[in-house]
Amino acid sequence: MNAPIRDRYPLAYTLYPYRKSADQDGAAIARHPVVIAGGGAIGLATALDLGLRGHPVVVLDDHEGVGTGSRAICFSKRTLEICHRLGAGQAMLDKGVVWQKGRVFHDRDEIFEFDLLPEDGHRYPAFINLSQIHFEKFLHEAIERANAEGAQIEVRGKNRVDAVTAHDDHVTLEVMTPDGPYTIEADWLIACDGARSPIRDMMGLGFEGRVFEDNFLIADVKMTADFPTERWFWFEPWFKSGASALLHKQPDDIWRIDFQLGWDIDRDKELKEESIRARVDAMLGPDVGYELDWCSIYTFQCRRMEKFTHGRVLFAGDSAHQVSPFGARGANSGIQDAENLAWRLDLVLRGRAADTIMDGYDHERVMAADENILNSTRSTDFLTPKSAISHTFRNAVLDLASRFPFARPMVNSGRLSVPCIYDDLPGFGPDVLGGPARSRAGAPCPDAPLGDGFLLDDLGRGFTLLGLNTAVPAQIDCEGLTVEGREIAAKGILAERYLGDAPTAVYLIRPDHHVVARWPAYDAQAVAAALRMALGES
Amino acid sequence: MLNVTPNLSNPDAFYEALIRSHEGLSDAQSAAFNARLILILANQIGDLPTLLEALEAARTSG
Ligand SMILES: Cc1cc2nc3c(=O)[nH]c(=O)nc-3n(C[C@H](O)[C@H](O)[C@H](O)COP(=O)(O)OP(=O)(O)OC[C@H]3O[C@@H](n4cnc5c(N)ncnc54)[C@H](O)[C@@H]3O)c2cc1C
Repeated sequence: MNAPIRDRYPLAYTLYPYRKSADQDGAAIARHPVVIAGGGAIGLATALDLGLRGHPVVVLDDHEGVGTGSRAICFSKRTLEICHRLGAGQAMLDKGVVWQKGRVFHDRDEIFEFDLLPEDGHRYPAFINLSQIHFEKFLHEAIERANAEGAQIEVRGKNRVDAVTAHDDHVTLEVMTPDGPYTIEADWLIACDGARSPIRDMMGLGFEGRVFEDNFLIADVKMTADFPTERWFWFEPWFKSGASALLHKQPDDIWRIDFQLGWDIDRDKELKEESIRARVDAMLGPDVGYELDWCSIYTFQCRRMEKFTHGRVLFAGDSAHQVSPFGARGANSGIQDAENLAWRLDLVLRGRAADTIMDGYDHERVMAADENILNSTRSTDFLTPKSAISHTFRNAVLDLASRFPFARPMVNSGRLSVPCIYDDLPGFGPDVLGGPARSRAGAPCPDAPLGDGFLLDDLGRGFTLLGLNTAVPAQIDCEGLTVEGREIAAKGILAERYLGDAPTAVYLIRPDHHVVARWPAYDAQAVAAALRMALGES
Repeated sequence: MLNVTPNLSNPDAFYEALIRSHEGLSDAQSAAFNARLILILANQIGDLPTLLEALEAARTSG
């Protein structure tokens, strides 16, 4: 404790250089409504969401910007939709590489090809590839733009949280800086301090789950190659660079390469440039020139906290749950934590909802974490069979898949991130429309074209009541909240996604664009009751 | 529902063919053959509850 502050990793970009804040020499301890510990992807997104909702936010990070470690590369439609609302989505799309096709090989044979089948009528594609470095940089730029327009988001670099004490109605933090330690208080602390969360440890909270006994070498290489923009995955590749291998394109001529190395390895030897090059050369062939941009060796685990809410301390992102990267479910689910948390905390801070509304955050995001852990555990088990017999079955699937279509859906090199539908959780329903399953109560709203734009643009920051081919009031004041009504003449894709066979529909939609309830027609009492339910008040 | 009453049109012929398929295979090759066969038959059945019953029946009768 109170060790001097030192970088644990090198920076790709300095975004928030250390500046002494008035809190550090004020006579009294400063109290802030919201402090976020950790300025990674999830901390920045949470800060931005709350800042855009008008709340002053302090973010403390022990570095001054974004680290060089590339890590996440695949960002999902849902993440981009959320970032769009936060003012960063378009920049991500412009920079990112859009992809939709994947090929799976076993040894030399292509056994299976998939297409994410992008449907028409969404602003964003199913996935883009973009390095996490740029992802975080775009969020930070959006914070600066928001601040220029009056938001109060202060990101304090080289501010390391060394101790937290949780009280009934606030949290006290001891923070280390280059000028020494200081103390601040927060009405709410959001711990976005990553998978090794020091705050989780300080509070003595567990993080249970499974470690997979395998090492993965992850290398980003820079080359101008004419491989297609597809996800190529090999099981037991003929070039023998690993037990499995992955090749996937990123922006700026960078390609992500993964090799599965096995459990008993000499880490230092494997990280030597010549060892890495030997593996990459075997994969790409002798004639391809490239530079190594970044490399690391990872082991993977799937685990989560039992509860994400602990009084005035809320956990979000990797601090709350960790998954193996097959399926790209880490950052993508963390961004959904951020938005699930932000609208609720906004209502609490504005005195419009009781603290108990945060219980819904815990229920919903625990359900999502379990779904992500289940999917990524299954993928990892398929990739790294843990017994001789599971290896036999795995290879049986691969052998059958090249010849018989039936075996292809069992080939599992990652089930890509899709948002969780909160079926059967409290806070939703009734669903008495009999409409399409994809837009049922609990589901995130599917995007659809509307006029010259898209439906999701039309949903406000608060609750929205959509009247599809039927009248709803322009504004409802209820439970101390204002629900904005929108009447839409639904046709084409929008009608397909929201009406199905129903001629009319009324949807109550949460600030995070999940459907609360839907009916064939407007009924003031039914809407009020559903709203109370969404607020956790009945 | 798992059918546990006799259903094979010719039990002796099937059994003979099954054993003959393993002739000349090493233990590892036999295990791989069996795995492929199980997957092919599972797909034929398709229905998850029935397959789970079959797994349970196999697990508890050894
Ligand atoms: C190889 C790899 C590939 C991946 N691929 C994908 C992918 O394709 N798609 C995807 O969605 N996810 C992917 N992930 C997961 C993704 O990287 C993480 O889920 C994501 O980084 C989590 O963000 P976070 O903000 O919760 O945590 P982090 O990014 O870990 O950020 C935590 C921040 O807190 C700071 N901090 C820590 N302790 C303190 C302290 N005491 N005081 C102040 N600050 C502190 C850290 O410096 C850091 O800035 C991948 C991960 C790996 C390792």
